[in-house]
Amino acid sequence: MNPFLAIVRRDVRLAFRQGTDTLMTLAFFVIAVVLFPLGVGPEPNVLARIGGGVVWVAALLASMLALERLFQTDYEDGGLELLALAPMPLQIVVLAKVLAHWLATGLPLAVAAPVLGLLMNTPPDVFPVLVAALLLGTPTLSLIGAIGAGLILGARRGGVLLALLVLPLFIPVLVFGVSAVEMAAQGLSPKASLLILGAMALAALALGPWAAAAAVRQALE
Amino acid sequence: MKRLDWFANPARFLRLARAVQPWATGIALTAAAAGLYLGLFASPPDYQQGESVRIMYVHVPAAWMALFCYTALAVASAVALIWKHPLADLAARATAPVGAAFTFLALLTGSLWGKPMWGTWWVWDARLTSVLVLLFLYLGYIALNGAFDDPARGAKASAVLALVGFVNVPIVKFSVDWWNTLHQPASVLRAGGPAIHESMFAPLLLMALAFKAYFVWVLLIRIRAEIAAGKIRAARLRASGDAAP
Repeated sequence: MNPFLAIVRRDVRLAFRQGTDTLMTLAFFVIAVVLFPLGVGPEPNVLARIGGGVVWVAALLASMLALERLFQTDYEDGGLELLALAPMPLQIVVLAKVLAHWLATGLPLAVAAPVLGLLMNTPPDVFPVLVAALLLGTPTLSLIGAIGAGLILGARRGGVLLALLVLPLFIPVLVFGVSAVEMAAQGLSPKASLLILGAMALAALALGPWAAAAAVRQALE
Repeated sequence: MKRLDWFANPARFLRLARAVQPWATGIALTAAAAGLYLGLFASPPDYQQGESVRIMYVHVPAAWMALFCYTALAVASAVALIWKHPLADLAARATAPVGAAFTFLALLTGSLWGKPMWGTWWVWDARLTSVLVLLFLYLGYIALNGAFDDPARGAKASAVLALVGFVNVPIVKFSVDWWNTLHQPASVLRAGGPAIHESMFAPLLLMALAFKAYFVWVLLIRIRAEIAAGKIRAARLRASGDAAP
């Protein structure tokens, strides 16, 4: 079998069989969003106004939860060194693990977003744009997050550190993701924001694996 | 690369640092004294902003230094990663806290200036947000650098982070041109020459010179301290090795 697909399949299987990554990510996503109506009050107009942003912020934090374990378990049991020694370039290995991470967290988040949109009183005609923006934005989050996940291997208090490292870099995705939803909610075309989200995903796809591979390699030396 | 190798000898670097440091100290103190006098007393108040324009003489040089320090940090990190230059790691680690302090100073003075001019301490426009991200990148760098038991691991990991974070530097610089912001666009480094009268330009340049010399001054002290700390660490290891063979 193609080694790239083998890594993707193995990681996705691990994520689903252990059940924690996908379920915990989704549970966190739902709970984080539910806190907002309780925190700011259940006024429907207020919720409709902030809904898109709240869903995006919660998705961003949720996609970060499983990042810490992206390379950690393989690093601890020595599997990562074998993957680094494999004939396949480390960049491609990283890309396969990122793809698996996205399939296990980013994709379920985007699929679940309309349900949370309902809770936040977001107008239903905005849902396609919300899902499209999340589908374009979450791969960028996984790619940037992989860099942070590689850097914290072997660090003290890696999880907190990871948040400090990657959240500032997530900000552009959040800004344009929310702006796409806001545009659609105002009846304007969200095309410009969606195009920028797509451009950021392509740039992260081209550059992210290199940086993440460099991060993983310095941890293995 | 010959020239960079030449600096790789810490003893040679220390000799050079000892020769440069008094000059940096002198320039920093003199330029700051002259700049502050010209800026606070000898320059005219702005026809629109009144006396509060004098915040500019601290705010603008601090913001320049915030970007300059991050660029220096990224260059030192690249040199450390590519050529494994021993002093580049120390220079990068020594630059980060100074850069973070300049960034914080730029944000703080900008906020103090924004209150009388814009009527608000803070707005979420592109320039302010990207500078805030710059501060977070500095803090992330410092945290990652200190997060490992082995200092060499911390140096390498944070060097990768410094290079990744460099994407933010052009965003900070051009944020005022790419987006409509409340923050004014560049008025010194622009096509057609500085859009600022020389009575205000002179103290601004003097303050910029003072900040840069101050940076060199503090950087040399910090690198010398790092080299001394490395020597102490090595001596301790040797001593414990002798005690328990």
